[in-house]
Amino acid sequence: MSSRRDTLGLRIGMWLFLYSEIILFGGLFVLYAVYYHNFPDFFVAGGRELNRIIGALNTVVLLVSSFTVAASITAIQREKPRQAAGFLLFSLGCGLIFLVNKYFEWGAKIHHDIYPNSPTMQDAEPGLNIFFSLYYVITGLHGLHVIIGMVLLSVSLVLVLRGRVNAGRFTMLENSGLYWHLVDLIWIFVFPMFYLVL
Amino acid sequence: MTAAPSFFENPSPPGLTGIKSWLLTHDHKRLGLMYMWAILFWFVLAMFLGLLLRTELMSQGRTIMSAEAYNSMFTLHGVIMVFLFVIPGIPAIFGNFFLPIQLGTDDVFFPRLNLFSWYLFMLGGLFAVVSLFLGEGFPDTGWTFYVPFSVGTESNVSLTVTAAFILGMSSMLTGLNFVTTFHRMRHPDMGLMQIPLFTWSLYATAWVQILATPVISITFVLIMLERFLGIGLFEPDKGGDPLLYQHLFWMYSHPAVYIMILPGMGVISEVIPVFSRKSIFGYKAIVWSSMAIAIAGSLVWAHHMYTSGMSDVSVFVFSLLTFLVAIPSAVKVFSWVSTMYKGAIAMSPPLLLSLCFIYLFSVGGLTGLVLGAAGTNIHVHDTHFVVGHFHFVMFGGTGFAFFAALHFWWPKMFGVMYRFRPAYIGAVLTAVGFVFHYVPMLILGLQGMPRRYYDYLPQYETGNFLAGFGGYLLIAGMVIMFVNLFVSLRNPRMAPADPWGGTTLEWTIPSPPPMENFVETPVIPDFPYDFRKFMAGGKGGGKGR
Repeated sequence: MSSRRDTLGLRIGMWLFLYSEIILFGGLFVLYAVYYHNFPDFFVAGGRELNRIIGALNTVVLLVSSFTVAASITAIQREKPRQAAGFLLFSLGCGLIFLVNKYFEWGAKIHHDIYPNSPTMQDAEPGLNIFFSLYYVITGLHGLHVIIGMVLLSVSLVLVLRGRVNAGRFTMLENSGLYWHLVDLIWIFVFPMFYLVL
Repeated sequence: MTAAPSFFENPSPPGLTGIKSWLLTHDHKRLGLMYMWAILFWFVLAMFLGLLLRTELMSQGRTIMSAEAYNSMFTLHGVIMVFLFVIPGIPAIFGNFFLPIQLGTDDVFFPRLNLFSWYLFMLGGLFAVVSLFLGEGFPDTGWTFYVPFSVGTESNVSLTVTAAFILGMSSMLTGLNFVTTFHRMRHPDMGLMQIPLFTWSLYATAWVQILATPVISITFVLIMLERFLGIGLFEPDKGGDPLLYQHLFWMYSHPAVYIMILPGMGVISEVIPVFSRKSIFGYKAIVWSSMAIAIAGSLVWAHHMYTSGMSDVSVFVFSLLTFLVAIPSAVKVFSWVSTMYKGAIAMSPPLLLSLCFIYLFSVGGLTGLVLGAAGTNIHVHDTHFVVGHFHFVMFGGTGFAFFAALHFWWPKMFGVMYRFRPAYIGAVLTAVGFVFHYVPMLILGLQGMPRRYYDYLPQYETGNFLAGFGGYLLIAGMVIMFVNLFVSLRNPRMAPADPWGGTTLEWTIPSPPPMENFVETPVIPDFPYDFRKFMAGGKGGGKGR
């Protein structure tokens, strides 16, 4: 409307949106908690089927990308747009690596006939079926959020290159960064829930 | 007051003309009106569906429709009323229109997001319409979409659930917008305890919208995954637990009833002091009770599930929490009544409708306690008593508050005044029809007639016939009310800026408001309900603040 620009307000809006995202995943975490209580042994058995190396690698990849997104915001504040763009490009690369890893992980599972409603899963113990259903739903939804986060980062990258995001005006980049941190944060919970369950 | 062109003549962003000046507008007032036409369309549609349902039930056996049509129709009635009328009704129309004005500012914080929310709302409605005609027809599950039936049924559940998902998104973004506006756009001179109560109630509602809606979103996603992929999370054969679906569903849908009622309570808190010419009794108590309802109301969801097979401990805890919600609700009712005590009451259609609200909402609230108590709940669970109860709250409460808001703010929104006599006749007929329509349902429920059944035993025929008869009265009343309002647009009688003697900021600006709301910087009153200027030299009752 007017020429005013209230960056704090823009950030409040983003934080409210992030709360809602956390609650979206919260619904699934409630399901996880209840079913873990019902079938602890099968969850342990299911966790052994997952590849901890790839899981740990993906965790590191996301953590590093979160750092580089934060670094790109600092670079913009210091009026170094090319550096900021480089950091963003690196973060996008990390996102891509994460998705490729996920693709191979899912591909291997599906190859072994482990997916919802597959013949193996229909004959499997109920607890194991629940574990893998939750695995697909939660990591799937998280993967979707990785893609959305990458779209936001790409938009920010374009704006940085065009000079529309600059030292005086970088809320778009900051909010995309917040979203990316959320994606990272949720993974920090998802990783132990599935890969490190004992 | 300078004669600034109203928002009807002055589009935002400037330069847009014709239909574009509406479809691409960033103006919260235009968006409020656009919501109004869409929501009224859905309301009238669902109202007539409801009338058809009650006509079917007026006599035993098949009257006008088949059992399958009946099942789809009560689902459609519920889905439209819940997601397309009662939840968005007051916040999207009157909230959009008046929240920025009451806060002394020119728009909501995210005007473009506001427009986007409207498009989401229309898209959700479109999906609901499409799901009527595609595939195996509209769902026959009831608006609750309980598993396993919603997963097993052939009907078009996926599309309808998508519609509800989109509508939830729209509602959540509106809430996000309101909270940010409340904190960042409020006039700098306006302290927290100087904010009008309608805006406070919208603020409390907005938090529930933000925090509860994502739960229903994920639940609907899970239904779709269950239908398409068979993930088995709610299927006992595969280790799932159908009860968890009910928990997730009510974790949103119970707070949602406070999304529905809180803005209505806000409207009543505006109307009662204006026509009592007396400061609202217990301003702070009403503010706190709004927040208390929002918080406590989020912790009571499982009282919908006493008979579903929960532990006795859960039943006890949820019953106790349910009773706690009654306290802030009663605080509000007592405050409204105390406001009127020794006031200089001037009768008007909005006041009459508000008084109907207080009475009908009280009945709804008290029958709610019958249901909230675990012992009595077992007897009346899933009977017509429940149907009677929630219509008393949702229709007698939110519905009448919606009508009161329409009559209260109509002169402000359109700058025209309607005729009082038809409004009174319509309001009385609606209220009388309402009582005739829903009291028989309470009695039928106590006698044991289940809800959602196509047919019933002979002993219930009298009650059902009476209820149907009341339904026709009710609709006749509403038709008179709406026709009267619309006629006022055709033969306009200009309304002044402050036709009622209101004291909140929307009454200090012209009717209809100019595009930027305030041509001159508004002066924020120390207290939003100070009626002394209207009472100067008048008769008693002016002792309030």
